[in-house]
Amino acid sequence: MSRLGVFVCHCGENIGRTVDCAAVAAAAARFPGVVHSVDYKYMCSDPGQSMIKKAIADLKLTGVVVAACSPRMHERTFRSAAAQAGLNPYLLEMANVREHCSWVHADRAAATAKAVELVRLMVEKTRRDRALRPVRVPVEPTAMVVGGGIAGIQAALDIAAGGKKVVLVESGPSIGGHMARLSETFPTLDCSQCILTPRMVEAASHPNIRLMTYAEVAAVEGFVGNFEVTVRRKARFVDPDKCTGCGDCWNRCPQKRIPSEFDAGLGARRAIYVPFPQAVPNKPVIDAERCTMLKQGKCGLCAKVCPRGAVDFKDRDRLEKVKVGAVVLATGFELWDHASYGEYGGGRLADVIDGFAFERLASASGPTGGAIKRPSDGAEPKTVVFIQCCGSRDEKKGLPYCSKICCMYTAKHAMLYRHKVHDGEATVFYMDIRATGKGYEEFVRRAIDNDGARYVRGRVSRVYRRQDGRLVVKGADTLAGRPVTVLADMVVLADAVRPRRGSERLAQLFGVGYDQHGFYSEAHPKLRPVETAAAGVFLAGACQAPKDIPDAVAQASAAAAKTLGLFSQPQLEREPVIARVNRNLCSHCRSCVHTCPYGAVKDFEVKDRAGSVLKVVAEVNEGLCQGCGTCVAVCRSHCIDLDGFTDEQIHAQIAALEAA
Amino acid sequence: MTPPRCPPPPRGGAGDIGYYPGCSLAGGAVELDLSIRALARVAGAELREIDDWNCCGATAAHSLNHDLAVALPFRALALAEAQGLGTVLAPCAACFSRLKGTLVRLGRDPGLAERAARLAGLPFQGKVRVVSINGFINGLLADGLAGTLTRPLPGLKAVPYYGCLLSRGEGINEGEDPESPSAMEGAIKAAGCSVLPWNFATECCGGGFSMSKTEAVMDLGGAVLSDAKAAGADLVVVGCPMCHSNLDMRRRGAMPVLYLSELLGLAAGLSPAALGLDRHFTDARTVCAGGRP
Amino acid sequence: MSQAGAPRITAFVCNWCTYAGADLAGTSRLQYAPEVRIVKLPCTGRISPLFILKAFEGGADAVLVSGCHPGDCHYTSGNYHARRRWGLLRKLLDLTGIDSRRLQFSWISAAEGQKFADLINDLTAKVREAGPFAGANPARKRLAPAPEEAQGPRRES
Repeated sequence: MSRLGVFVCHCGENIGRTVDCAAVAAAAARFPGVVHSVDYKYMCSDPGQSMIKKAIADLKLTGVVVAACSPRMHERTFRSAAAQAGLNPYLLEMANVREHCSWVHADRAAATAKAVELVRLMVEKTRRDRALRPVRVPVEPTAMVVGGGIAGIQAALDIAAGGKKVVLVESGPSIGGHMARLSETFPTLDCSQCILTPRMVEAASHPNIRLMTYAEVAAVEGFVGNFEVTVRRKARFVDPDKCTGCGDCWNRCPQKRIPSEFDAGLGARRAIYVPFPQAVPNKPVIDAERCTMLKQGKCGLCAKVCPRGAVDFKDRDRLEKVKVGAVVLATGFELWDHASYGEYGGGRLADVIDGFAFERLASASGPTGGAIKRPSDGAEPKTVVFIQCCGSRDEKKGLPYCSKICCMYTAKHAMLYRHKVHDGEATVFYMDIRATGKGYEEFVRRAIDNDGARYVRGRVSRVYRRQDGRLVVKGADTLAGRPVTVLADMVVLADAVRPRRGSERLAQLFGVGYDQHGFYSEAHPKLRPVETAAAGVFLAGACQAPKDIPDAVAQASAAAAKTLGLFSQPQLEREPVIARVNRNLCSHCRSCVHTCPYGAVKDFEVKDRAGSVLKVVAEVNEGLCQGCGTCVAVCRSHCIDLDGFTDEQIHAQIAALEAA
Repeated sequence: MTPPRCPPPPRGGAGDIGYYPGCSLAGGAVELDLSIRALARVAGAELREIDDWNCCGATAAHSLNHDLAVALPFRALALAEAQGLGTVLAPCAACFSRLKGTLVRLGRDPGLAERAARLAGLPFQGKVRVVSINGFINGLLADGLAGTLTRPLPGLKAVPYYGCLLSRGEGINEGEDPESPSAMEGAIKAAGCSVLPWNFATECCGGGFSMSKTEAVMDLGGAVLSDAKAAGADLVVVGCPMCHSNLDMRRRGAMPVLYLSELLGLAAGLSPAALGLDRHFTDARTVCAGGRP
Repeated sequence: MSQAGAPRITAFVCNWCTYAGADLAGTSRLQYAPEVRIVKLPCTGRISPLFILKAFEGGADAVLVSGCHPGDCHYTSGNYHARRRWGLLRKLLDLTGIDSRRLQFSWISAAEGQKFADLINDLTAKVREAGPFAGANPARKRLAPAPEEAQGPRRES
């Protein structure tokens, strides 16, 4: 038998002005199950809360309805008051008579009548409330960071500094990511490698960080606090424990002309290689696609010269399972392939290069030793045209969004070019200049005013190569209102930033949302920018949206903070709005299994004592269930119900409206 | 009469292709008409001129009245449909652009068909396919024309020139990158010529300024031909009467400019006169001789 | 507004978008017709078609179902499941003779207080025009009071 208390709040004048609170309390007193009904000026105040607590204790209430503001405002307040008085907090409900009634209706009679009905709805619900316990799940205090670029490294270092273990998974042979490829960074022109490589070394040597390079996530099971991630460790063909990184092998490898991915194809690497001299770990892998020993069984020179016998051609991919409590996705970006831009040569003109290629040309560790030389003939280009927004902000042919970093790195490129080629001319075609970071606008001004970069506002319609080898760049100067033609020796395209290939697959493994371009979706664009819809999976860096280094690092530290917050308690506590299956009724149609957006419903084998399977039913994993109730609505046998929003409660509410 | 559910049986031969000559093929581009018809005969394709066809609306209509600009080609297509023609060949690039563009617009705007039908006074179900000179010739080659090209022209180096109307306009150029089209390359190679890479395949020839701003046309056409020359080409292959007249007539003597149909006709062993080559302003005799002087 | 025949609107809304949108209408003090009664659910995906039929059976003159915009579902895809279900339910309503104008589906985000207020006003006007729901369902006649009584004082005023 219910013993409910109803407490009607005036909210000063806010409710009381339009709703006759005393009348509401009087009407509520006559509702079935209600043993106590009062109104008060400020329910949320100390005396108001005490009134509720006292009533719970004195009258042994089994449930409470507070008719006041929106539950989004004070549900937590009143529930904790109820808990202090010894009532299970989930036996307290709120009727929203302020936002949904007194504030939106002027007619006192109608508003009062509505308030009575709103209270009645919640009384009927509360009568059928069950005491619920917050769901508690244990937490494995180890994090996995996927992606070893600057965002991943930063997240790993921060989590490790917080005293928790980290597994850093990187698909390439070395951590470092794109930042390791940059020459200097805007807006300070810091040498990128000088600031990055110490971080790489720190990550590798940190006692709390375990590096898993040349590895990819293959499968994910479990849920927040208890993920089990299967990592595919790709065959390196070199035993990292034996290898000292001496370099004898790669110096002798006869495959000398493999275009280096790190150098954007401008330099060459061997079949056994480290991607760049400062690689971490500085131990080579063998490119199975290019190694003649692995493909045809001929050569084996590297194995012969290795003083430690570290080369093992029989190495195979291995799967390793890792238990982690939280995951930070930091898979980064790649550049749009301008091959689809026929007007810019469609990728066929050697001297039309992308931003990374220019970074490698300008980098002291690059294939030209930092000298700007054009790829076709190695000549120093005397005129360079930079074209911004290649693929960005182009709904017809490219991507609709702004890639954010190109305005800045193009200004940097123009500046670096002018620093290295003093008599060179740098022309930048732009649509708008978006320089919104700290010191960014000043940086662009410097490129224009101090370094003489010529900025032309307008699009380039065509780039083609004249027979003499020079590039003809035809465009529009939309400020002057006339067409312009520039004869250039080299063209640098600011290709759009897009998520790494395969980002969707990884998102699906972790149950993370992504947009139509493949960028991962944050849980809320403003207020939860590092969380995802999947509990315990956080985002860092350009996998979420185009980002520059400071933004990526900031988000990585935020993701680390979220991870450490999650790890700060041995158990997780969650709202107990969770679906439950009545095994006796379940006919195992699996509609719920297919419907659940979280993969929280799984098959469960009901066994007898001998261990033989009696039947298979659905089972909801409490850790994964988020309480949306979609499974309840699709269940044909009505065997699933949702705690806090049971069918019985909702039907009682509907019936209460009928009776009103 | 209510339209039947299935397309009516064709009244002519089963494989008939509707022929939409437009004004150019009866005027400035007689050689395109001659060479297309001659090539079709060689390939055994039946061209049937659409009875009572009307202007496609190029140049004037589409800059004045959008509905009328659709209604004109709409009427021609409706006639073709009523005459049992499932495919319409518009050899003139401008006609092709208007006809094909009309199909694209009808697909995009559901209310347009009704307005156009009212203006044209004819219903149209949209069951007609429109092909360009390039699509037509590529179709013939695929259907066996390639085997009948007994007089290839292996000494010739050609550059394909698409201009604007054969490559641009959304939905016109299905599957091809409008910035680097390649529809002509296979046919030119089938004629035995080599195709050279060059830069001006889609640049402007001067188009409709031929009459009003001849100087501009001289500059633009000159740039096209200079790049062809710099690339080492012996001839330029075109598919558009406007491009042809601007390059052949306005830049007289610079370089032979042939329609794709003329080149294929030569390779099929047809006489230059039968293809209308004697009508060119620029001597095309070296081409007729297969590059031999 | 409490005279006889005032329309009765039952609204099933999700907790994250439309409930919050209605809250925003409140904090913005937007005035709308007082005939709507909100039943809060975690997600439109939770709403069984039975709830809607029961609401009609119980005398609702109109039912509103509203949740997050497509793509914005707090639970990723609950509103898509709901949308698919409503397509079918509409057909069922047509079959049973219930004027499908009495069932309104809508997406209202937490930012769309104005939209919520406008929608309630529109729906109220629409239902007033359509008149009280007589109940195509004979079962209702069994369960509900006779029409004359149902027209009686529905509100305690």
